[in-house]
Amino acid sequence: MVQRIAIVEQILNANDLLAQENRRRLDEQGVVAINMMASPGAGKTSLILRTIEALAGQLRLAVVEGDTAPVTIDADKISAQGVLAVQINTGGDCHLDAVMFQAALPQFDLKQLDLLIVENVGNLICPASFQLGTHCNVLIASVPEGDDKPYKYPNIYRGVDALIINKIDLLPYVPFDMDYFRRGVEALNPGLAVFPLSCRTGEGLEAWTAWLAAQARRQRA
Amino acid sequence: MHELAVTESILEITLRYAKQAQARRVVTLNLVIGELASIVDDSVQFYWDIISKDTPAEGARLNFRRVPFELLCLECTERFTPRGESFACPRCGSERIQVAAGEEFYLDSIEVE
Repeated sequence: MVQRIAIVEQILNANDLLAQENRRRLDEQGVVAINMMASPGAGKTSLILRTIEALAGQLRLAVVEGDTAPVTIDADKISAQGVLAVQINTGGDCHLDAVMFQAALPQFDLKQLDLLIVENVGNLICPASFQLGTHCNVLIASVPEGDDKPYKYPNIYRGVDALIINKIDLLPYVPFDMDYFRRGVEALNPGLAVFPLSCRTGEGLEAWTAWLAAQARRQRA
Repeated sequence: MHELAVTESILEITLRYAKQAQARRVVTLNLVIGELASIVDDSVQFYWDIISKDTPAEGARLNFRRVPFELLCLECTERFTPRGESFACPRCGSERIQVAAGEEFYLDSIEVE
C-alpha cells in the first residue's frame, strides 16, 4: 500500500544548518564575514584590494578566495598587500558552499581578526542559492555588464544586503540607464544599500568602506 | 550546474523520512521548484538515477512542480509573470511591486510503500 509522507523540507536545509554553525563560530570570535558575489570581471578582486587599502589601518582583515581552478592570481595579489588569503579551489564547482567555507575557517586565527572577506566564484546564478554563514551578502554589479541584469538575474539581487555598482567611470562611454537599473533593484530588494563607485578612480569608495567598517564595529560592540 | 549537490540533498532527506516511516521503498518524490531556483529537472533526474541506485529510493519517480516567477502589483494587486525587460505591472503600469512566487525550493512529500 502506498503511503504519502508530508515533508516540506528545504532542499538546501543541510547547507543552511552548516551555514548557521559557521556563523556561530564567527560570532563567538567577534569576526564579521562578508560574501562578495559577482559575475566574472565585475571587479571582485579589485574591490577587495581597494577595501584592504582603505581599512587595513583600522581593522584586522583576511580573505578567503574562491576559485574554480587552482590558479592563484587573485590570492597572490591579496597576499602582496600583506593580508592573509586562503584559497578554496572548488574543482570546477560553480559556487562556494557552507562546507567549503567551514573547511577554510581553521586556517585563520579568528581571534586576531575583525573582518573576513570571502570572494565567491564569479557567477550570477549559483552562489545566490548557497548561504555560507557570513553576516552580509554583497553583490558587485558593473556598468559594462549592462543595465538589464536585475531583470535577467533576479535571484541574486533578492538575497543581498548591499549592492556595489562598479566601474562608474565608464558611464560616459557605455549605454547604461542608471535609473532603469536601480528601479529593477528596488523592486526586487526594497531599501537595499547601494554604492556606485569606481575601483579605478576611487570615486564613491569611501561610502562603501565606511558602511563596511560600521558593520564590523557593530559586531564587536 | 550544482544539481549533483542538490540531488544528494534530496536523497538524504528522502531516505531519512522513509526510514522513519519504516518504508520498504520510495515510489514517488514531489518536489516544488520555483523558477528562480535555477535548477534543471533533467539534470536532477540524471543524477538521481545514478545516486539512488541500491537504496530504497532506487527507481522512484521524481515529480517536479514548477512555480513560475510572479510579481504582485502593490497598486492594483494584479499578479503577473514579468516577461521582457521590465517589472512594470501589465495592468496599471506601476513599478511598485513585490516578489510573490518563484523562490520555492523544497521537497513537499514522498510516497512510500
